[in-house]
Amino acid sequence: MAQKLVVIGAGMASGRMLEVLLKSAPEAYDITLFGAEPRGNYNRIMLSPVLSGEKDYDEIVTHDGNWYRENAITCRFNEAVVKIDRKQKRVISAGGVCEYDKLVIATGSASFFIPVMGNDLPGVIGFRDMDDVETMLAAAKTGGEAVIIGGGLLGLEAAAALKAQGMRVTVLHLMGHLMERQLDAAAGYLLQKELESRGINVVCNAHTKAILGHERADAVLLEDGTIIGADLVVMAAGIRPESRIAVDAGLHVERGIVVDDQMQTSDPAIYALGECVEHDEVVYGLVAPLYDMAKVLAKTLTGQQAGFVAPAVSTKLKVTGVDLFSVGDFAEGDGREDIVFRDPARGVYKRIILRDERIIGVVMYGDTTDSAWFFGLLKEATNIADMRETLIFGPGFQGGASADPLAAVNALPDDAEICGCNGVCKSTIVMAINAGADDLGAVKAQTKASASCGNCTGLVEQLLVATLGDGFEAPKARPICGCTDLTHEDLRQIIKSRQLKTMAGVMQECGWKTSCGCATCRPALNFYLLVEWPLEYKDDEQSRLVNERNHANIQKDGTFSVMPRMWGGMTTPDELRAIADAADKFNVPAVHVTGGQRIDLLGVQKDDLPEIWADLNAAGMVSGHAYSKGLRTVKTCVGSDFCRFGTQDSTGLGIKLEKTLWGSWTPHKVKLAVSGCPRNCAEATCKDVGIICVDSGYEVGVAGAAGMDLKKTEALAKVATEQEAMDLAVAFIQLYRENARYLDRPYKWVAKVGLDWVIAQVVDDTDNRAKLCARFELSQSVYRADPWAALAKRENEDPTWPPLADLTLEAAQ
Amino acid sequence: MSHWIDIAALTDIPPRGARVVKTRHGCVAIFRTHDDRVFALDDACPHKNGALSEGLVHDASVTCPLHGWVIDLKTGLAKGADEGEVKTYALKLENGRILLDATHLLNRPAA
Ligand code: SRM
Ligand SMILES: Cc1cc2nc3c(=O)[nH]c(=O)nc-3n(C[C@H](O)[C@H](O)[C@H](O)COP(=O)(O)OP(=O)(O)OC[C@H]3O[C@@H](n4cnc5c(N)ncnc54)[C@H](O)[C@@H]3O)c2cc1C
Ligand code: SF4
Ligand code: FES
Repeated sequence: MAQKLVVIGAGMASGRMLEVLLKSAPEAYDITLFGAEPRGNYNRIMLSPVLSGEKDYDEIVTHDGNWYRENAITCRFNEAVVKIDRKQKRVISAGGVCEYDKLVIATGSASFFIPVMGNDLPGVIGFRDMDDVETMLAAAKTGGEAVIIGGGLLGLEAAAALKAQGMRVTVLHLMGHLMERQLDAAAGYLLQKELESRGINVVCNAHTKAILGHERADAVLLEDGTIIGADLVVMAAGIRPESRIAVDAGLHVERGIVVDDQMQTSDPAIYALGECVEHDEVVYGLVAPLYDMAKVLAKTLTGQQAGFVAPAVSTKLKVTGVDLFSVGDFAEGDGREDIVFRDPARGVYKRIILRDERIIGVVMYGDTTDSAWFFGLLKEATNIADMRETLIFGPGFQGGASADPLAAVNALPDDAEICGCNGVCKSTIVMAINAGADDLGAVKAQTKASASCGNCTGLVEQLLVATLGDGFEAPKARPICGCTDLTHEDLRQIIKSRQLKTMAGVMQECGWKTSCGCATCRPALNFYLLVEWPLEYKDDEQSRLVNERNHANIQKDGTFSVMPRMWGGMTTPDELRAIADAADKFNVPAVHVTGGQRIDLLGVQKDDLPEIWADLNAAGMVSGHAYSKGLRTVKTCVGSDFCRFGTQDSTGLGIKLEKTLWGSWTPHKVKLAVSGCPRNCAEATCKDVGIICVDSGYEVGVAGAAGMDLKKTEALAKVATEQEAMDLAVAFIQLYRENARYLDRPYKWVAKVGLDWVIAQVVDDTDNRAKLCARFELSQSVYRADPWAALAKRENEDPTWPPLADLTLEAAQ
Repeated sequence: MSHWIDIAALTDIPPRGARVVKTRHGCVAIFRTHDDRVFALDDACPHKNGALSEGLVHDASVTCPLHGWVIDLKTGLAKGADEGEVKTYALKLENGRILLDATHLLNRPAA
């Protein structure tokens, strides 16, 4: 008599297993199939096309009523198994009990509902089965807004589909870029751009705090206070193996139901396969490995030898028009190398990860024609040493092309602004060149491009090369670093004209030759992005060098120095006491009065920083930014308040300036001074901005230096009121922020653009001056804040500075 | 023989960042790259002992915070014109946990 085989779950894995089993041994078992869904097996993968309307449910059914009848399977659909009774070898469902000789658990996964308030409201659903799709389609009928929580494979397919059904769609993604488990930042950037161009709103770094609504969900609240309206909330933040009945039955379950190579669980009469299992500490979420499991289990059940071997799995996104491919485990191993190829004009990005001359990972976006070839090389572990040079170009290519240095300018759209000063766009310049302007001077004369500050000279020259071909030889401009062919100035202009707001975006659109830049370009890029997009761009801590990352100066022995602000060089007995107390409490080895009119505590241990900052904060002091490419100090003299020669309140003006400017990031450090009279006790004549008070007003000088070079300030203007002096200083600094090359002090930058140009911008053009001040103020709405307080709080709540582990306490072998 | 010790979760280290593990031989810096590779090196630059864990991480390299030497995380060798080598230690990632081969780290340094 045939043995009784009971299968729990009529999904893709059990479906395939039954097919194989019935083919090889049709009579071996008397089969009963339980399914919680009110239908048989269908191709779950194709739910997205059903949701988008590209397919009907009928088209994705894999096993219909006929098939089950022909194979004499007893179907108990719409009937979930609630308990496994291992002693008596039977399963229990709403319909009663059912005995087994052998049992197969294939319960798949369930959508993971992130644990926030409101996640159980009607209108919040997962994306797992046909019921979910029907719910979504019903919601989409009335249009409205859908919020998808999770920017992985499932979430993005749901987003694209619901968009196609006419909903307004927002994707909330916790991480910095989409599909971070399959894609790197560059490919994630391209994907986001594509989705946004379809009208899907994508929010990365989005921390969902709650789902709001009374009877049903009507909005999603983020940690930062943003509220996004939602008629439908789709949870696509992950899946959890559906192992509850196995846990209750006392089977060995970790993340999934643990099985051996033969798909046997800890009970020899019970097998499991599919997404509900864990094999060799891995849980799978794609069908290819599950089909391998199905074959192995079918063999095991018929007494044949077979063992499951973990395969490499690749990912594609089933969104029409999005070409994306990823394979390989980016999370393991060392000794790796990268080959990167980017074509900004076509939106193509390819990256191959090698170890020991073999491909172990591939990410492709925009052009995936060669994905199968790469996947093959990866699976076969082919030695690629011989084709290494041309590998990235795919099987069809043997010529060995090199990356095109003009790729970035070629990729610029016609209306991209090249010359910011005079508002000249690419097409205007190209037209002028085509009409005969065949050198820089001619282009300048005819279009005014590069006729002002000159920052766009490099781009104009590249356009000459791109348009005239060999007919024009551009002087070699120095690129930022080896990662790119572009200069600082080119890059700033491209960031602006192409509205690039992420580092990954810049690297892709500008054809970066490395995967994530280097210690030269990353800090510069980070700065350019935050100046251009103060509200949108999020400062990248990992692209800051040691001092700015830790908000303290590193010393040669690895300790740090701590220097609080003393506004305008003024202090109080209370502040001095707090500094003295801190020096005592943290055994500070040296206390130094600096050249910037304040006090430096040197030799503080890194781990003590948050605490010493908190103490200083409690006494009302904030970071002095003695470490930053930003405002350092404003030195003052005692001025008219005390000095018999003082003409104006130099101390007061210095304090006002420092309180306005502090916290801002600049291309290099910026130091100011205000002296109360021409005797100049605050040494204002060698500062980046120095103000000398005189009877009739204020003489504002700029571009002084007293470090490696010594240079007297040059007169910017003389003004009558304190407010004008402030405005001039602020406008000058904003102009410097927006135009200077990263790491040029103001005096170097002014030497390049010319003082006349600066005067035209901030003195003569009062309208422009006001605009510069307004842009500075906008940026300061974000950056005028004490980084010490923020870091001390973070380290207190979620410390990342202490050692990860202390092995000095671990016993020796 | 290797002696693997579970030191932390991968996510305890920021991508393109580093943190240290204290040992009897001094600190060992554990790096995490942009694509989640991990490396362990002595936290001391071959130039003048700069704390490499405070450096800027790019690809599988770190730029020393003190004077800008670039160290290859895979080999521990200084790149470019600089010459020097940092000791590296074997690491592996399992289920999101970082395991460090502490064979040579647990014993007291020879006097
Ligand atoms: C603390 C201080 C010396 C002191 O104890 O007095 C100091 C200390 C350092 N200076 Fe300075 N400078 C200090 C006043 C100056 C001054 C005088 C002044 O500001 O009135 C100058 C000349 C004025 C100028 O900036 O033009 C000065 C010109 C420099 C330079 C050369 C800059 C240049 O463009 O030529 C550097 C190098 C750099 O920034 O690249 C530098 C760099 C440094 C660094 C940050 C070197 C470094 O990267 O580690 C020093 C940090 C020491 C430490 O471990 O904390 N320091 N440095 C002074 C802090 C002033 C403050 O209150 O913020
Ligand atoms: C929208 C979507 C798109 C996808 N796209 C892809 C893709 O492009 N490529 C890819 O490889 N994979 C994709 N997948 C994943 C793929 O569908 C799954 O890996 C696969 O379906 C898992 O098969 P399974 O048999 O383990 O589980 P399932 O197919 O989920 O089947 C499990 C069945 O068991 C039932 N069940 C659960 N508990 C019980 C119980 N107690 N009693 C009775 N029945 C129960 C469930 O209702 C379900 O019907 C996608 C998944 C979804 C949801
Ligand atoms: S002059 Fe400045 S940079 Fe030079 S040793 Fe003194 S503090 Fe350091
Ligand atoms: S100590 Fe590392 S570069 Fe000098």
